[in-house]
Amino acid sequence: MNLILLAIIALGTIGLIAAVLLYFASRKFAVHEDERIGEVSAVLPQANCGGCGFPGCSGFAGACVKSADEKGSIEGLLCPVGGQAVMEQVAGILGMAAEASAPKVAVVRCNGTCENRPRLVDFDGAQSCKVQQMTGMGETGCAYGCLGCGDCVTACQFGAIRINPETLLPEVDEEKCTACGACAKACPRQIIEIRLKGPKNRRMVVLCNNKDKGAIANKCCTVSCIGCGKCVKVCEKFEAITLTNNLAYIDAEKCKLCRKCEEACPKSAIHAFNMPPRKPKAETPEVPVAPSKTE
Amino acid sequence: MKTFKIGGVHPEENKLSAGCPIREAGLPKQAVFSMFQHIGAPANPVVKKGDVVKVGTLLGEANGFVSAPVYSSVSGKVSKVDVALDASGLRRMAVTVDVEGDEWDENIDRSAELVRLEERPELDAKTIVEKIKAAGIVGMGGATFPTHVKLCPPPGKVAECVIVNAVECEPYLTADHSLMLAHPEEILVGLRLVMKAVGVSKAYIGIECNKPDAISLMTEKAKQYPEIEVVPLQMKYPQGGEKQLIDAIIGRQVPAPPALPIDTGAIVQNVGTCYAIYEAVMKNKPLIERVITVTGKSLSQPSNLLVRLGTPFSQLIDECGGLPEDTGKIIGGGPMMGKALLSLDVPMTKGSSGLLIMNNKEAKRAEMEPCIRCAKCVGVCAMGLEPYLLAKVSGQRDWDAAEQNDITSCIECGSCQFTCPSHRPLLDYIRLGKSTVMGIIRSRATKK
Repeated sequence: MNLILLAIIALGTIGLIAAVLLYFASRKFAVHEDERIGEVSAVLPQANCGGCGFPGCSGFAGACVKSADEKGSIEGLLCPVGGQAVMEQVAGILGMAAEASAPKVAVVRCNGTCENRPRLVDFDGAQSCKVQQMTGMGETGCAYGCLGCGDCVTACQFGAIRINPETLLPEVDEEKCTACGACAKACPRQIIEIRLKGPKNRRMVVLCNNKDKGAIANKCCTVSCIGCGKCVKVCEKFEAITLTNNLAYIDAEKCKLCRKCEEACPKSAIHAFNMPPRKPKAETPEVPVAPSKTE
Repeated sequence: MKTFKIGGVHPEENKLSAGCPIREAGLPKQAVFSMFQHIGAPANPVVKKGDVVKVGTLLGEANGFVSAPVYSSVSGKVSKVDVALDASGLRRMAVTVDVEGDEWDENIDRSAELVRLEERPELDAKTIVEKIKAAGIVGMGGATFPTHVKLCPPPGKVAECVIVNAVECEPYLTADHSLMLAHPEEILVGLRLVMKAVGVSKAYIGIECNKPDAISLMTEKAKQYPEIEVVPLQMKYPQGGEKQLIDAIIGRQVPAPPALPIDTGAIVQNVGTCYAIYEAVMKNKPLIERVITVTGKSLSQPSNLLVRLGTPFSQLIDECGGLPEDTGKIIGGGPMMGKALLSLDVPMTKGSSGLLIMNNKEAKRAEMEPCIRCAKCVGVCAMGLEPYLLAKVSGQRDWDAAEQNDITSCIECGSCQFTCPSHRPLLDYIRLGKSTVMGIIRSRATKK
């Protein structure tokens, strides 16, 4: 009887002392986390894709709260997966207005399908674009085009990109794509670009990444950009197209979607996304072509 | 017989062109001289379109210490200074020359007469290195590291011996073998020049025992020089690797990078390099031609050809009986470490030791299967690494783990992939990991 009593008293005392110690310790070493971080984190998509540039969604939430406290705005921070809707919610929690952000999408800037760009050799090594890139040019004569092993497909967490078995090129599902940029990072040839989606998802893109001189680029692919500069000329008014390293680039912010460049491109390297089909041209009397010398 | 201690494999020899004497290949119609024929900074083209060049005219000057000049191996007119496809599969800067006649620079001594070291007492170490540097000589075993850099050990490191790499452990290749049979005396003089340049009094020539004729010939000729010893070696791949050869001959191991082979006191030179050194120093002939083995089971005449650099590979195949119909792959180099070519129009470079035509059956890679954890790759790795692990972490892009497991020590010999019963592309991933980790280490060094 005595033993039991002793045990209860001893253990009770130890428990009491420990409780007091723990109470003070929890006060002393308490980590004060801003409640808003949890709240912001809750509205984020929890994909932890890193597309925002921070390690995971809680990292992004912390950055939002910090920015709101220090700068008074969450300017420059964007969750590409959640987009405008989520950013508005985040702004609401932090008590400020959301910055208007234009939605973006991944665009594969290569149209070197099996027909357009013939395979010269067969690559039978490890099926990884990065490994194939180390062999030099790859299977085709183009040193800048898609290698087709699907590193971008493996990188995508949202199942938004897949290799089309007919063209052997990756295709982006615009509905699923969150513009997190994982595919763009995975591509060893920097073919994938995260671009503005454009009004009504309409956009003009140069579907080529070839920086070789015109003669070489022309030989390896039927739809390569040869850097002739015709598109730059027709776009003189808007100055949306620039030519660097024998490759034309359309600035999505300046582009007015007039589609003149598409017409001007002799190699059909410029592609219009989600545009209505062109109206058939009004019948114009054909201009008589000067007879060529061979005839 | 001696050999290296760790790992190694025994691929089928297939030395089809063994015993074939060296044959001189014809002049090309057009020669392309890549400015990227060596490791280090590319050469700077110093000619322009329309310039008339002779054999031995400088086309590209060395761009820094770890670099080498490029000389014309033909006479004619420069038709292009532009990018051209080379054996690496990339389009890189090159000088194209349209060949007209065969006019040599008058400083080059074209006689076949042997010049001994004793006949040229005025040559001191500095002059020899300067001449080697000016001749654009690089490691001819395939690594193409500028030779003069190797002959100038970093301060604090002393060379004790020179080892000549005449192992030629790659299957199929016989270029070094045929060179030894044709020019043993010249090679020995070249070796003595190297010994004088680095100031050592001991040299070894390592030859694998599958070349008994070369061993006996070299031993006989080397009798006149007591400081040179011919060492017959047991056959094992990759014995021709610099680190493996040092281990096999003097029994010392090169520590992990950044340590260099010179840390063991040995300087290794390929037998082809020794011959080129002889020609450069004694005959004033820059590196403009080399011996290459053109071989393959379906090829009608496997041969050892003496070829002017810049000659397109397609011409070499024509000289050996034309491209067989069942060609599956064409490999620049040997079957173990060579690289499949994208096109036959690429030119011969300083490092081209072989051109191998594989037939369809040989060329096909077997289907990859899951790893069965047999650890054969670990057993054969000549550097004592764990290839399965390195390939796995490289595939997962875990560069830290790759670095911790010494991926930078890999010599890319391909023994692991050769031995894998599941035919896994181990080396493909290890190469990817190695190049990435080297990049990370370099950027870390520049940040500091």
